[in-house]
Amino acid sequence: MSFNLKEYYSNLSKGDVILAYKGSITSEMINDILEGVEKKLEDADEDSKLRKKIYNILVESLQNLFHHIEITHEGILEELEPKFGVLVVIRENDSYKVITGNFINSRRIKFLKEKIDKINSLSKDELKDMYKFILNHQKLSAKGGGGLGLVDIARKSGNKLEYDFHNYNDDYYFFNLTISV
Amino acid sequence: MEPLNIESTPKTPSIKFLEDEGTVEIKGRSIPENSIEFYKPLVDWLEEYASNPLKKTVVNIQLEYFNTSSSKCILDVFKKLEAIHKSKHDVVINWYYEEDDEDMLEAGEDYESIIRVPFKMIEVVE
Repeated sequence: MSFNLKEYYSNLSKGDVILAYKGSITSEMINDILEGVEKKLEDADEDSKLRKKIYNILVESLQNLFHHIEITHEGILEELEPKFGVLVVIRENDSYKVITGNFINSRRIKFLKEKIDKINSLSKDELKDMYKFILNHQKLSAKGGGGLGLVDIARKSGNKLEYDFHNYNDDYYFFNLTISV
Repeated sequence: MEPLNIESTPKTPSIKFLEDEGTVEIKGRSIPENSIEFYKPLVDWLEEYASNPLKKTVVNIQLEYFNTSSSKCILDVFKKLEAIHKSKHDVVINWYYEEDDEDMLEAGEDYESIIRVPFKMIEVVE
């Protein structure tokens, strides 16, 4: 069965939702989301250590979307704004989930999947070494991404990255990433 | 030396050079989408400063948050400082982190293990 965006989004937005957004991922939107979530976490009187981890992961997730999502979605039969992405933050018991979703061209899946699998196979110390290696040896791309985002997210989260690729059509998949903090 | 004085914004830190004290201060949040553009003035300034540095340079860096895009630029800044240190001038990097912020302490230690400049890890207690 083909991926259904509406269903996906409404399933995500159940439970204790701190924030749910779908639409264009722009610099201004990132500012608004960060400000909103920061305030909600402060109001919830959340432990400052956890608050910082969530904030950091949120920054990286949003900027990963900002730098890497498809700008246009040719062949997708949904009314999508340019640079369309989904971001949901949910509270579950004592922990939080940061979930991002975006359409991705089928050609880019292999690279992304291998990168996440590699990150998930590493221990805490190995992740630290990987982070330091990339930091010291890779140049920032013109897009501004440094290839460090997912590694940093995994380090801060302390958990494995959960992901799915839902088939949409021949050219596109929908990529879902769930980060637990 | 040219003055260096950059005001902070919600996404970028303030950067100041206090000539009398030989101190560069970087303070706030560093989470811009385009960090190369933001850090260029500091990197350029350090490049020039390195040609005739003070006997002792102290860098106080106190960041509440920084993104991975900034982390590369901060490394570039530290590499400039490393060059000054190599040319037989005193350089100290004071890395401030908030109480219990282990991630920020660890980030400082990551830099300390890459850059050949003395680091001091300083915990800020509220």
